[in-house]
Amino acid sequence: MAYEEKRAWIMLVVSVCAYAAYLIIIVGRAGPTPLAELSYESTLLWSIGVAIAVQIGLGVIAGLGSPKARKKDQRDREIGRLSEYIGQSFVVIGGVAALLMALAELDYFWIANVIYLTFVLSAALGSVAKIFAYRRGFQSW
Amino acid sequence: MVKPTKVTNSIRALRFANGQMTQAELADRIGVTRQTIIAIEQGRYSPSLEMAFQIARVFKVPLDEVFQYPDSQGEPQ
Repeated sequence: MAYEEKRAWIMLVVSVCAYAAYLIIIVGRAGPTPLAELSYESTLLWSIGVAIAVQIGLGVIAGLGSPKARKKDQRDREIGRLSEYIGQSFVVIGGVAALLMALAELDYFWIANVIYLTFVLSAALGSVAKIFAYRRGFQSW
Repeated sequence: MVKPTKVTNSIRALRFANGQMTQAELADRIGVTRQTIIAIEQGRYSPSLEMAFQIARVFKVPLDEVFQYPDSQGEPQ
């Protein structure tokens, strides 16, 4: 398996797991309290921080052994560009959604959460596109 | 579903005809990863024109001995 494909798997699994853990904690904390009144900030930041740290750590471990395997070539760069292009669409959707929610003066909770959700979707969709390109083939035209 | 390429190649046969050259050796010669050579051989990736010329140069053959683009019957010219 190509090193970049391993990194795509790591990003997919870690970002989805971190988000799932965040959701479980927040929903478990809710009870009768409305979601928008919950203290979510530190949980959200920890979830993002831990996800980034775990991705870096696992990425380093995946690249151990053969420095040659970490080399990126033309195909890796082309597949990387494709996955970035696909993943970026969700960042734009998240930005527009957050803008509209801010204009509608919704609670910060919902704005922060919609941005986080679209970050996760962006990472997940970009990773799936990358894995698909490595597994099923990729034509540059 | 990714549309498969119509471009075929003879890299595997050329490797064996050139002293059983391994995929790793070919990859080193043209500066790509072994996974990329595997993907090209299996038709899962179409290399750039420059990479195609580099592969042909390694085997010291013209480009069309490495890559072929067969005619399709009934296809408009």
